[in-house]
Amino acid sequence: MPALAPTSGGSSPVVLSGAAAQRRPRTAYLLLLPGLAWLAIFFVVPLVSLFFTSLQAPTGKSGVYEPAFQVSNYLEAIQEYWPTFVKSFVYSGVATVLALIIAYPLAYFIAFRAGKWRALLLVLVVAPFFASFLLRTYAWRTILADEGFITSFFNALHLLPEGRILNTPIAVVLGLTYNFLPFMILPLYAALERIDPRLIEAAGDLYASPFTGFRKVIWPLSLPGVVAGTLLTFIPASGDYINATLLGSPSDRMVGNAIQTNFLQFRDYPIASALSFILMAIILTVVFVYVRRAGTEDLV
Amino acid sequence: MRWLRKNLIPIIGILVLIYLFVPIAVVAVLSFNKPDGKFNIAWNQFSLEAWQNICGVPGVCGSFVTSIQIGLIATLMGTIFGTLIAFALVRYRFRGRSTTNLLIFLPMATPEVVLGSSLLALFLNLAFPLGFWTVTIAHIMFIISFVVVTVKARLQGMDPRLEEAARDLYADPKATFRYVTFPLVLPGILGAALLGFALSFDDYIISAFNAGTLVTFPIYIWGAAQRGIPVQVNALATLVFVIALVTVVSVQVVGSRRRRKLESAVGT
Amino acid sequence: MAATDGVQDLKLVNLVKTFGDFVAVDDLTLTFPAGSFFALLGPSGCGKTTTLRMVAGLEDPTSGQIMLGETDITREKPYKRHVNTVFQSYALFPHLDIFENVAFGLRRRGIKDVKGPVNDMLELVELGPLARRKPAQLSGGQQQRVAVARALINQPGVLLLDEPLGALDLKLRRQMQIELKRIQTEVGTTFVHVTHDQEEAMTMADTVAVMNNGRIEQMGAPVDIYELPRTAFVANFLGQSNMVAGTVSGKSGDDLIVSAFGASFTVPSARSARQDGAILVGVRPEKLAIASAGSSVPDRSNRVTGKVTDASFTGVSTQYLVMTSWGDEWMVFEQNRSADILRPGDEVVIHWAPEHTFGLDVPPEA
Repeated sequence: MPALAPTSGGSSPVVLSGAAAQRRPRTAYLLLLPGLAWLAIFFVVPLVSLFFTSLQAPTGKSGVYEPAFQVSNYLEAIQEYWPTFVKSFVYSGVATVLALIIAYPLAYFIAFRAGKWRALLLVLVVAPFFASFLLRTYAWRTILADEGFITSFFNALHLLPEGRILNTPIAVVLGLTYNFLPFMILPLYAALERIDPRLIEAAGDLYASPFTGFRKVIWPLSLPGVVAGTLLTFIPASGDYINATLLGSPSDRMVGNAIQTNFLQFRDYPIASALSFILMAIILTVVFVYVRRAGTEDLV
Repeated sequence: MRWLRKNLIPIIGILVLIYLFVPIAVVAVLSFNKPDGKFNIAWNQFSLEAWQNICGVPGVCGSFVTSIQIGLIATLMGTIFGTLIAFALVRYRFRGRSTTNLLIFLPMATPEVVLGSSLLALFLNLAFPLGFWTVTIAHIMFIISFVVVTVKARLQGMDPRLEEAARDLYADPKATFRYVTFPLVLPGILGAALLGFALSFDDYIISAFNAGTLVTFPIYIWGAAQRGIPVQVNALATLVFVIALVTVVSVQVVGSRRRRKLESAVGT
Repeated sequence: MAATDGVQDLKLVNLVKTFGDFVAVDDLTLTFPAGSFFALLGPSGCGKTTTLRMVAGLEDPTSGQIMLGETDITREKPYKRHVNTVFQSYALFPHLDIFENVAFGLRRRGIKDVKGPVNDMLELVELGPLARRKPAQLSGGQQQRVAVARALINQPGVLLLDEPLGALDLKLRRQMQIELKRIQTEVGTTFVHVTHDQEEAMTMADTVAVMNNGRIEQMGAPVDIYELPRTAFVANFLGQSNMVAGTVSGKSGDDLIVSAFGASFTVPSARSARQDGAILVGVRPEKLAIASAGSSVPDRSNRVTGKVTDASFTGVSTQYLVMTSWGDEWMVFEQNRSADILRPGDEVVIHWAPEHTFGLDVPPEA
């Protein structure tokens, strides 16, 4: 689950004043060493290891593989799972858009209209993190239960193609939207909070209707927050498998499910690894395309 | 009608907040339920049984304690590592800055499935026994990035003139750090630690891949989801939520009330 | 670092500071006399703050020396130097109360018994009752006084002030100017006050040094450098000046005769930076008398004819803009002693005593 600290979006380059700028880089390396070493060993090396695993070939024994250069693993993974990939990105994409639509008014409200309640409201936005994420997702099974109020309501309006919400893609998408909503709200809030409210007044003074004022002034200025929020939502949502398992049917499985099943049930490590890398590759492509203009300083 | 248009944003905002809390409310309400059968999904009958006998079901409290232990250790280590990196990034000039930033950013951009499964692959290849320590190692790994981001933001927001003033006032580098820098950064570090603990305590995916036979609280919940989640789980989760929420809210309220009282007392 | 260091001269010797290609401080040699209130005046980017920071030890000079009395402090760390700074943004420690802020320097120097000195210092700046408040709860003026107290309590050899009054509103600034002057007189420490506000510098300082592009253009008592600027920059930066470019055409006793645009001006030699060739003749607007064209003018006076283009009545005075015969607009500040007011369109003659004229080098084309 990615960062909550929204303040670093668009931070200016580091300015070291006077004597500070001449401090020995040696001290810096000492400070960096423990953390970066930990990340190198337990993040980079595993990924490299995963890569090599993805190229391994089967031996006769189940769950045992030998080092090889079987690139065909990737082809096999894509052939078998491309519908799953498409499904995953469609679900997470829809969930991201929904999250944006839902989050924006709340972020706007907190940034511009909340006054002295602002701090309290932000605490309330973050509060769901204190409650178990699994239980909250599981709670949707109660809320969206077939006999429940909401499902019956929509059924009466004949809006449900399968006659129910639970165990359909709809529930999965709803779950994804819900779970990552705070990750959309906080960066949006951070970006909106920086906008000088007098700009809106100025727009109005220059004959812009409220909607035009939004479209031409607020929305463009909030874009860094939109970019950050959509990335922080889309990335974890694409790899999630909890919502699919708890709220969807077996035909709604996402890539995360496939990776998990291949790893822990089938013990088909090469395929599982290949799937992981394909997922990562697609996500990283999306991120780099999105963030191309900002330096890495702005990402962290 | 006019009133509706004018207040549309606040109304939607409140609705979204309610939407965020509905599942939590469901969890809390169901902790007072006596389910009909194994699955605690539909309301049946009011009962305080789960609360009175909160450790009644074997494994529940054990997994809860395990999660706390892992959380404390992982938070401690992760916060230390992350804070050191944040200081290096903000206060020093060195080569390899963009590589460092990339290395910090990537774990946050990697789906948990990949993080968890790659670590599992590593541990399997090294024949390292899965359990408490593999989970803790994994948690430290993903906490570092969040701590760096949080502490870095706090450090960058700090007026560099304050340290200059300290040096002007006879504080050598150690004294400057001890009496000025550290006290001002501390709230950021604590906030990062809190965030780290929350992430660790609630983590399922990465833990599931690397726990072996160890059962953390989320792993227990997941396992129980198929068989029927004991009501005690709802009670514990609600308890944690309420304690955390009350703590954070009261810190806010006390802080702002104290500020307001002092502000009104000061003449200009 | 004895507290009995006493007050000493601060000397800068050939001080240079470059940032890459940019020369911020260009070979500065300057003495700040012990016990004086010294103002370093100049526009933004002239190098005055950089100079101050080098004295404080917060910047390392590229070359040159800084001497406090007989001690060379050029390479000394800021926390070893017996020099203290009042920062532009005050830089009060937000997490400490006022008492602890003021006591900070004393504590770092190992002084155990801080209560007496701190309370005395708070009395001096009239902030006694606020000792336990935090900086955020104080007004700008109060914070400023805390910053001064925090620095002064350490009895530094020199107190450096980096535009400390910039953030205050006009009325408060005036008050603080008087306050600071009073404190300096009472305590006797050398104050080096960096500012871009020339009125402030002239009001408060015993000596003013005008800086531009990393160099000192002119230095002296406020009255002296105001009445006799030595460069065009000083003439324009300090107050206002009317100037006309001409050539020295002759001498008459102790005076230079300058011809410009067909007119002739008398400039005392002692008041001119140039004795021959191209010269800039200048005079301050308040030294000028203005009268309708054709009025009688004292014989020795320099004179300029023109037409009034603007007349602004400001109560105390009337400020005229006069278009001269060679196309420049000159300013005249006349005190409203007579009832005659000239109006735009009137043909006038401006005149002044030669003793108020100054002569300057023509600056390279800007």
